[in-house]
Amino acid sequence: MADELFEFELATPERLVLREKVSEVQLPARDGYIGVLPGHAPLLSEMASGYVCYTSAGRRYYMAVNGGFIEVLPDHVRVLADTAEKAEEIDVQRAEASLKRAQERLTNPNIGLDVARALSALHRAQARLDAAKAGAH
Amino acid sequence: MPSLIDIRRRIRSVKNTQQITKAMKMVSAAKLRRAQERVIAARPYAGLLRKMLANVAGAVVSSESAGVNPLLSAREERRIQLILITGEKGLAGAFNSNAIKASLRFAEERAGASLEFVLLGRKGRDFYRKRNAAIRGEHTGIMNKVLYADAAGIAREAAERFAQEEIDAVYVLYNEFRSAASQKLTVSRVLPVELPAGQSPTEYIFEQAPDQILGRLLPRYLEVEIYRAMLESAAAEHAARMTAMDAATSNAAEMIDNLTLYMNRVRQASITKEIIEVVSGAAAAE
Repeated sequence: MADELFEFELATPERLVLREKVSEVQLPARDGYIGVLPGHAPLLSEMASGYVCYTSAGRRYYMAVNGGFIEVLPDHVRVLADTAEKAEEIDVQRAEASLKRAQERLTNPNIGLDVARALSALHRAQARLDAAKAGAH
Repeated sequence: MPSLIDIRRRIRSVKNTQQITKAMKMVSAAKLRRAQERVIAARPYAGLLRKMLANVAGAVVSSESAGVNPLLSAREERRIQLILITGEKGLAGAFNSNAIKASLRFAEERAGASLEFVLLGRKGRDFYRKRNAAIRGEHTGIMNKVLYADAAGIAREAAERFAQEEIDAVYVLYNEFRSAASQKLTVSRVLPVELPAGQSPTEYIFEQAPDQILGRLLPRYLEVEIYRAMLESAAAEHAARMTAMDAATSNAAEMIDNLTLYMNRVRQASITKEIIEVVSGAAAAE
């Protein structure tokens, strides 16, 4: 099983981020993370904010993603992400700052606060930090 | 007859213009390359989305729970929204006027329906402003740098109005990028969405209900279609400007040649005249 591979494609509207043969993928589906190994049953899901982790040639890579869709086929995984960033490209300080800002906004809500927007900003920043932290190991 | 100095001045002015058109041509060529790369980079997402949509559509059609999605409902086209994509600047040959003319033709063909415009790019906006057309939305300055977020905003508004049945169809009119030398005007209907033909339906595990996923995919599909049209139009605009400026540069070269020839002739004529004067003066003195 270990040396079996499948194709993993990840695209954003602007560009194709990744097309690689991988042996394992973890994805942030909307109802929780799912792990995909070769020969997975066909599956369709929306994607939440979080990190994508894939194993290629024995190494793990991380990526922060935000919203989109997941399609799993036995020999193929397609991810359509709204945004995607590789772990090493993430600006940790900026992500921390925006996380703090979003938390403050939610703990001391002003009148006219767009809660949905603040929450999604919070999730986005959290996803970036998670990916960066996981990628650093 | 103009004096030598006048002609020289004229030549210098044409040369200056030629330098400008040449520079504009090179700038357009560089921008075209970048725009082309973006068109190509956006293709995989669109392709994957279409495949996914086809697969989901197959599953939704076969399941009984399918509530028909509002973005799919085809009805008589009485109120039409036309999204017209033009450029921000002129000096691109017939690029903008072709698009505007095509939109007028489009309006003529659908004289029975009421038409509203969403105008992307300053040129189309300026034209329809003067004509008192029903302008639903105008977006200027966004064609300089095509952003997905802009396309998404336009798509969202169109989808909302379509779902509320305020409009019955949405068309996009834009210049499609064929090659550096040719653009093709394209009108395509983006709403109601026509589902791509599904292959043999795969038995999926759906984490969410199929029609719910379809409901999320469709607006995204619309966004991507509009984004693609904007990218194509931007690339086509640079291509058109490059061609126009190339033609202008060679016209200027031709003009300079003609003027130089004329200048030489004038100079020769004046020299000849002077010689005749000298000779005839000498002859009179003998």
